[in-house]
Amino acid sequence: MRAFTYERAATPQAAAGATLAEGAKFIAGGTNLLDLMKLDIERPAHLVDINRLELNAVTDTADGGLHVGALVTNTDLASHPRVRADYAVLSRAIVAGASGQIRNKATTGGNLLQRARCPYFYDTNLPCNKREPGSGCAALTGLSRPLAVIGTSDACIAQHPSDMAVALRVLDATVNTLKADGTERTLALDDFYRLPGDTPHLETTLEAGELITGVTLPPPPGGTHVYRKVRDRASYAFALVSVAAILNGRESRFAFGGVAPRPWRDPAAEKAAADAGPVARARAVIDAAFADARPTEQNAFKVPLLRRTLSAVLEEHSTTGGQK
Amino acid sequence: MTPPTAPQGAAPSEGPQPVPATLPVTLTVNGQERTLELDPRVSLLDTLREHLHLTGTKKGCDHGQCGACTVLLDGQRVLSCLTLAVMHDGQAVTTIEGLGTPDDLHPLQDAFIRHDGYQCGYCTPGQLCSSVGTLDEIARGVPSHVTADLDDVRFSADELRERLSGNLCRCAAYPNIIAAVSEVHASQNGASQNGTAQPGAAQNGVGQ
Repeated sequence: MRAFTYERAATPQAAAGATLAEGAKFIAGGTNLLDLMKLDIERPAHLVDINRLELNAVTDTADGGLHVGALVTNTDLASHPRVRADYAVLSRAIVAGASGQIRNKATTGGNLLQRARCPYFYDTNLPCNKREPGSGCAALTGLSRPLAVIGTSDACIAQHPSDMAVALRVLDATVNTLKADGTERTLALDDFYRLPGDTPHLETTLEAGELITGVTLPPPPGGTHVYRKVRDRASYAFALVSVAAILNGRESRFAFGGVAPRPWRDPAAEKAAADAGPVARARAVIDAAFADARPTEQNAFKVPLLRRTLSAVLEEHSTTGGQK
Repeated sequence: MTPPTAPQGAAPSEGPQPVPATLPVTLTVNGQERTLELDPRVSLLDTLREHLHLTGTKKGCDHGQCGACTVLLDGQRVLSCLTLAVMHDGQAVTTIEGLGTPDDLHPLQDAFIRHDGYQCGYCTPGQLCSSVGTLDEIARGVPSHVTADLDDVRFSADELRERLSGNLCRCAAYPNIIAAVSEVHASQNGASQNGTAQPGAAQNGVGQ
């Protein structure tokens, strides 16, 4: 691992200030960043440790929603009584990801900022526009089975790996940030994540030094919450596809994981065939939401798999009341 | 705290890197306070093995994929390869050496021996620390992917298989590990009086 200097931030604003300089990075759980540093993919010159900041509380908001501090661990968030009761899709998504050890360390802010798991992003011998801008994309003609089918570009087809973020998208959560000058921002997830375009190395709209302070959940949406993940093994694997659903008749919402550079949601498509049976409704929703999909030969299976997964979710929970 | 050396903002460069100044770190390891001067790059795993010579904690993949390096940090199971020692100044670490000794085994160590919960043994310290953390998580009501009701976390062999999925065993001792941990859970919860295996909890092993 390359050498870096280390400091422990005393306040959120000081952390933002200390991370303004090029080459400086925040470190929280470290479960993704340190792995990438060992592989020489991330090369920070300076690490700003934010673990001792007071950003680890889950608090009720005035409108009945919930604010989740950026440092709340995945385990603590999935276990929180209000999340289990009112935002079960979030608990379900979190426990579908990683392992117990990683969830004990990984944070809410860090989960949002975890980087792609594209095999070519990880292979420093091969071109990757996300790792080395302008070097090309080896995945376009390579092993693309796990990668994205929509929202991609000719520069990058990596998918976003988070399960948690898919649930946050279906919940209409917002990301709260703080800049070094004290300015705060609130970003919807679709404004927080960039699509790759010509600049796949830029994954979010965060500015230099801008710190995620937390995530805000709107008032409980009601409905039946489901997170269904399809993967190559039963546990401790990234999604091939996933569906985060809040089932509530015609008002049902769906977000999709494993298929795009960010959690994928198309609110207009959610209304498609809303009165039809599960199979027809799933087909209509996926056909509408993925009309612009550009899969490769190797990952073309993801669109029909998503259709069947959504169909299964609708069918299983149309009468049972769903997961708790 | 100001960085002791200051290439702050320096772009990463090729060629020889300056060796960063060491930082003081105090950890309570297995109940003993240990103060070290460490390069900030040193992982908690390398701190335990190379600096404190506690080689019970194993380095398998060093990338968070195998679970062999699992230790308890302030009582919670974590991967010691994916965290830096300097991040944990003032915190408490329990390793396999702190769980028990050959003369005074932890109940899980005793159960692993009797149930043959290993072959080569390389993953075992991680399996044991992970099992300690897992039983605590179940007792605290932390849900898992296979929990049917998020508000009613119950022990089962299925729960163990899911919760221990981050600890790989290339010898595939999984059924015996599940049997050993199930027995300890049963005895801690009053269901076992004599320390023998609880068939109902463990016999379906793998192959679901």
